[in-house]
Amino acid sequence: MTAIQISVFLENKSGRLSEVTHALAEAGVNVRALSLAETIDYGVLRLIVDRPGEAKEALNGAGFTVTETEVIAVEMPDRPGGLAGIVDLLTQRELNIEYLYAFVGQRGENAIVIFRIDDVSAAISALQEGGARILSADELSAI
Amino acid sequence: MHESTPCWNREIEFMAPDQLRALQSDRLREVVKLVYEKVPYYRQKLDDAGVRPQDIKSIEDIGRLPFTTKEDLRETYPFGLFAVPMEEIVRIHASSGTTGKSTVVGYTKHDVETWAEVMARTLAAGGTHRGDLLQNSYGYGLFTGGLGAHYGAERIGTSVIPTSGGQTKRQVQILQDFGTTVLCCTPSYALVIGEVGREMGVNFADLPLRVGFFGAEPWSPTMRQEIESSLHAHALDIYGLSEIIGPGVSFECLEKSGLHINEDHFYPEIIDPETGEPVPESQPGELVFTTLTKEALPLLRYRTRDISHVIAEPCGCGRTIRRMRRVTGRTDDMLIIRGVNVFPSQIEEVLMGIEETTPNYVLVVDRKPRGMDELEVQVEVSEKTFSDEMSRLEVLSERIQSEIESTLGLRVSVRLVEPKSLARSMGKAKRVIDRRDLGT
Repeated sequence: MTAIQISVFLENKSGRLSEVTHALAEAGVNVRALSLAETIDYGVLRLIVDRPGEAKEALNGAGFTVTETEVIAVEMPDRPGGLAGIVDLLTQRELNIEYLYAFVGQRGENAIVIFRIDDVSAAISALQEGGARILSADELSAI
Repeated sequence: MHESTPCWNREIEFMAPDQLRALQSDRLREVVKLVYEKVPYYRQKLDDAGVRPQDIKSIEDIGRLPFTTKEDLRETYPFGLFAVPMEEIVRIHASSGTTGKSTVVGYTKHDVETWAEVMARTLAAGGTHRGDLLQNSYGYGLFTGGLGAHYGAERIGTSVIPTSGGQTKRQVQILQDFGTTVLCCTPSYALVIGEVGREMGVNFADLPLRVGFFGAEPWSPTMRQEIESSLHAHALDIYGLSEIIGPGVSFECLEKSGLHINEDHFYPEIIDPETGEPVPESQPGELVFTTLTKEALPLLRYRTRDISHVIAEPCGCGRTIRRMRRVTGRTDDMLIIRGVNVFPSQIEEVLMGIEETTPNYVLVVDRKPRGMDELEVQVEVSEKTFSDEMSRLEVLSERIQSEIESTLGLRVSVRLVEPKSLARSMGKAKRVIDRRDLGT
């Protein structure tokens, strides 16, 4: 029930993000969602793509440091309070959210939140028991 | 002649060259005999080189003696080269070594007196006298700078203010309130004191500060001008290394054109670092010293790895002891950052301990305008150390920083960089980028 996120280490210098996107484009990889965290010196680019394996290979080939990270993709109603309901399910079980980011799916009714949580299995059961819908890796790729 | 030249030991510093050579010859014979009799390691070394003490008749024979290197000190760590029993040792200092082990040096009571003598000459050459207030901002401790300058200043009879390093605002306050006339510290710290003083509204032109003795770090003529205009005082270079005695091996006089070597105690040679052969007079090469009077740790032809040359022409001050040009570089990869000796291999060891493999890294040394030397350690992030969580990356760089600090005693900045972003040269990677203007 988890999805694979591709995480890329990026130095804060001009042109690096463009090189990532070009490497992915040449490999025919489609980016579904991304988030960038940064410090003064460097950043971490987190990507949800249709084909994680190919993406990692292409980025490695272009000289980037890349890891695959297990994340949870949750569908939530695209309306006020939608995210709050999902986050509550996790905080009630005292599960620590390392980070999250969200994007709106193509159908536009529901949004998708990507959660990075250390205790993946506990998070999955908390979400499922709370009635949240978790997207499988295939479903996520097919969006 | 030159009666007005400020000077501590006129007899030695203005000695006729022939007389000085005779003194050096006598002392060389004695020191060779001493190490042969008292230091088994040296006896072996001399035997291996096929040299007997009686073969050394004058200073001209010095080239027959084997060299001593930092390796020798390491092999005999900590006290193996001491020529006297421990009861005779009254002081021990240490500096950081190449692979975690420090270079340990010892002094007898007589050595401490010699050191005070050569530092008194150093300070007196810049006009320091009784009645001066000398603020000593070299670090006190295992580093030889603090106590070296302290004893020299006390020998002269100045009033010593042992501020040691750091707490710059307090340094400035003392400088101003006490009316410090003589300052001792590293050249980069002198600039910091000037800068902080100005921020505090101090006008150095109004202060009685007259002269500063700046060493333990390479610096350039440009930096001298900066310090002099910043502090409104003469800036003089001093040179030394703990293996030989500490500060006071050589010193500048007010002519500011090269450093007079206390060659009645430390005999200088300049050699080709590749062949070990002497280079023609006035040519640059590696500076080598033989201690002529040391008791605890006498060293024969110690290779400093510092690049300099001996200036044979007489100095305008009238001193006859020869001068060396200020040190312009190293024959090895050692860096001197804020008085701390840093070998890239030490940093490499720390990184290996953290990653269990040798990561790629580059050391960037920079001297900010009007600031201290800074060392930045750039480390490539590997798949192993990379994490999608920023907090883990920050923990990684903090850990590298704190382990380097506890190993070297030096605070560095750490920057994580992408793999292969660091320049590779053919074969050995270029590990050090020195952006300091040392005016070589």
